[in-house]
Amino acid sequence: MNEDLRFNIYMSGVGGQGIGILSEVLIRSYDNAGYLVKGVDTHGLAQRGGMVESHLRVGCTGGNPLIEPGKADLAVSLERTEAYRAMSRYLRKGGVLVYYNTLWQTLGVRMGEDEEITEEMIKSEADLRDIRVYEIFSDRLPDIRMQNIALLSGAVRENVFTGISCTDVASALRDLFSGAMLEQNLDILNCG
Amino acid sequence: MKDIGRILLQKKPFSEIMMGNTALVRAMIEAGVEVITTYPGSPTPEIADAARAVLRHENPFYFEYSTNEKVASEVAFGASLNGRLSVVFFKSVGLNVAADSVVQFSLLDLKGGLVIILGDDPGANSSQNEQDNRHFARMAAIPVFEPSDPQQAYEMFLEAAVIASENMMPVILRMTTHVCHAKGRISFGSRPALKQDQTPSFRPEMGEYIPLTSAVASMKKRSMLKLEKVRQLAEISSFNYLIEHKSKKGIITCGLPSLSLSDLLTECANPPDVLVIGIVWPLPMELICDFCARHEEVLIVEELDDFIEKEVKAAAFDRRLSLTITGKFEPDDFIGELHSQNLRRFINSKWPELGLGSGEPASQTVPVLPSRPAQMCPGCGHRSAFYAIKKALKDDDITVADIGCHTLGYMQPYQIGTVLLSMGHSSGTGAGLSLFNEERRVVTFLGDSTFFHAGLPGIINAVRNNHNITLIIMENGTTAMTGHQDHAGSKAGDETGFKQISIRAVLEGLGVKSVSEVDTYNQKKLTASVTEALEHQGFSVVIAKHPCMLKLTRENKRRGIIPERRADIDEELCDRIKECISRFACPSFSIDKETGAVSVNPELCIGDGSCVQVCPVSAIGLGQKERGNE
Repeated sequence: MNEDLRFNIYMSGVGGQGIGILSEVLIRSYDNAGYLVKGVDTHGLAQRGGMVESHLRVGCTGGNPLIEPGKADLAVSLERTEAYRAMSRYLRKGGVLVYYNTLWQTLGVRMGEDEEITEEMIKSEADLRDIRVYEIFSDRLPDIRMQNIALLSGAVRENVFTGISCTDVASALRDLFSGAMLEQNLDILNCG
Repeated sequence: MKDIGRILLQKKPFSEIMMGNTALVRAMIEAGVEVITTYPGSPTPEIADAARAVLRHENPFYFEYSTNEKVASEVAFGASLNGRLSVVFFKSVGLNVAADSVVQFSLLDLKGGLVIILGDDPGANSSQNEQDNRHFARMAAIPVFEPSDPQQAYEMFLEAAVIASENMMPVILRMTTHVCHAKGRISFGSRPALKQDQTPSFRPEMGEYIPLTSAVASMKKRSMLKLEKVRQLAEISSFNYLIEHKSKKGIITCGLPSLSLSDLLTECANPPDVLVIGIVWPLPMELICDFCARHEEVLIVEELDDFIEKEVKAAAFDRRLSLTITGKFEPDDFIGELHSQNLRRFINSKWPELGLGSGEPASQTVPVLPSRPAQMCPGCGHRSAFYAIKKALKDDDITVADIGCHTLGYMQPYQIGTVLLSMGHSSGTGAGLSLFNEERRVVTFLGDSTFFHAGLPGIINAVRNNHNITLIIMENGTTAMTGHQDHAGSKAGDETGFKQISIRAVLEGLGVKSVSEVDTYNQKKLTASVTEALEHQGFSVVIAKHPCMLKLTRENKRRGIIPERRADIDEELCDRIKECISRFACPSFSIDKETGAVSVNPELCIGDGSCVQVCPVSAIGLGQKERGNE
């Protein structure tokens, strides 16, 4: 365990994508690895297909669970539009963005009033601010509600979660799931 | 897999990762709380989830979802009169509903003690305002604890419960949204044995329980003496702490803003001293004035209103202290949550000399991002309803919204329900809008949980005075917006013993002449029913019903039932009219930005089929899910 680690993870997605589970797995993974960790999810109205976010702060960062905009070291997003929003609002210069490359169009985009966010827009903004980007996608999920675990698994493989290993994540999954669901999720995580 | 109910019931001390709301239930178990009541409302409903998880294993307490916050408060009050330590909790604006009873609580001896947990919502994350309930506490002479994080919420609850039962009084634990939902590893104590004494101990002859006329004076004096006793405890509370940097400047703060502050002060070369207080009403004024006397300048950092500031300024004036006390002045100072970004702006505007940076605007180059507000879920019966109702309405008809998922009808593309106040307001507001108004018809909306909560008085008023309005009750069988809690009209489970109350029977019992009931997926019939109701002179009601599809889909998934169908678009038939997108607006439809072709997002569609009837050229069908075809 790295005693000096201070690490801010900002997560985002659309209500219904399972960001609550994602943040619950990560907070338990860091806790398993021996880190002081705290976080906060948005609840309430945002769960109805609105934007949802979760903050996670690792290490002795004081008691505040909320990350200040521009101070996240890592942004993890479950959807492309929200990845772009997360990067532009929360990620620091030189940070890391990892996102699941699916698109849930906003009403404005569907009505032709807003511009759709593309992979290229994310890349060019990332280049301007020295941000490393990882796109994750899997077309072999048994259930689309496992995108959150697929994203987690891809992100673990890219080593973006400073301070934790795949086994920390696996034992967090055991805290939260059981039976066939646990087996499926461990399978997707695939620690080897 | 960890079972939160079992975790919360452990006998020995333990620690576990959980959110503030969940930790409060462990505090209740340790404190020996016997009765817990609530009406669901963000940010507090997870307290109920945790309490119900406990009840699946043991019954250390009684729990109920009451009809509204006032009834919930009264049930908890009644139980406390009999010697039961009781808890009532609800969201910020719930206190407005409960207030008529709650303001009397401090006048009476609540034998068992009563803790009121408030979920205040600075930033209005899920509320219609951001009212600061400390004002209510002062008016009602009730002490207030304000925790900054889940660990402290748990510890403060324990202390609040002791004060409440020892002094036979109400005590408020004022949570705010991001204290309710903050998560971390929390350390708990052991669980005491269950209290055995079940004797109902209410004795009216032992005290005064009728606060009327001449009795009020002595009751009020007793409550003020209790409050003074709590103030003395507040002075020496272990929740107060001082961070000294030997500065001439000092900051007084409390709650979550104290954590934002400690984040920001790490950037300061010469940080000010900081006094954090745990009990914010009554204020530990000796401690505060002593702090003021030792500083030349003091800044008050508190969320929302200038509650502490006004008190401190008055006390400093009384004691002839010579220092500068700075607080809120600009409108922005009173608005929103004091997270780091807002607090940075506040401190920089008051004390630029502290040298906090301006913060990092994350990006300068990004265009305006597409906004993503909350919306109705795929398959939502309300979407079908609004789509069908819109066809029965004229452009200048007036539509009144109420609180609930259907409030979202005000957004594009439906734009139905264009004025909102509070739970159950719609019939009253609609009645007022119908006066001196021969030209524009008035349609009001009401959710089913809200019908029971606060909707009935407005309806009875409309019946009695024969107001010319059409009420549409959006019945989905649950309290959906706050996470699917049952209400008085919800289907009664087999073993629960709850009674299901029929909305239609209530309306007919009240003598409403024009009542119709339509499943909202039957759009043609709903349009016809609303048209007919609008033609009726006087008060008419349409019950637009369909079960909450988010709830149903989740329940089905738990039972292993996965939808086999999903909507698909016949490319040959599709004329790109886009009725499904621009008027029906189910989020499952996507549009190809190059070709303009409409498609169905398989990640979102639940195969409900409510969209099929919407397409003028019948291009939407219901097919097998793609995966099934592969």
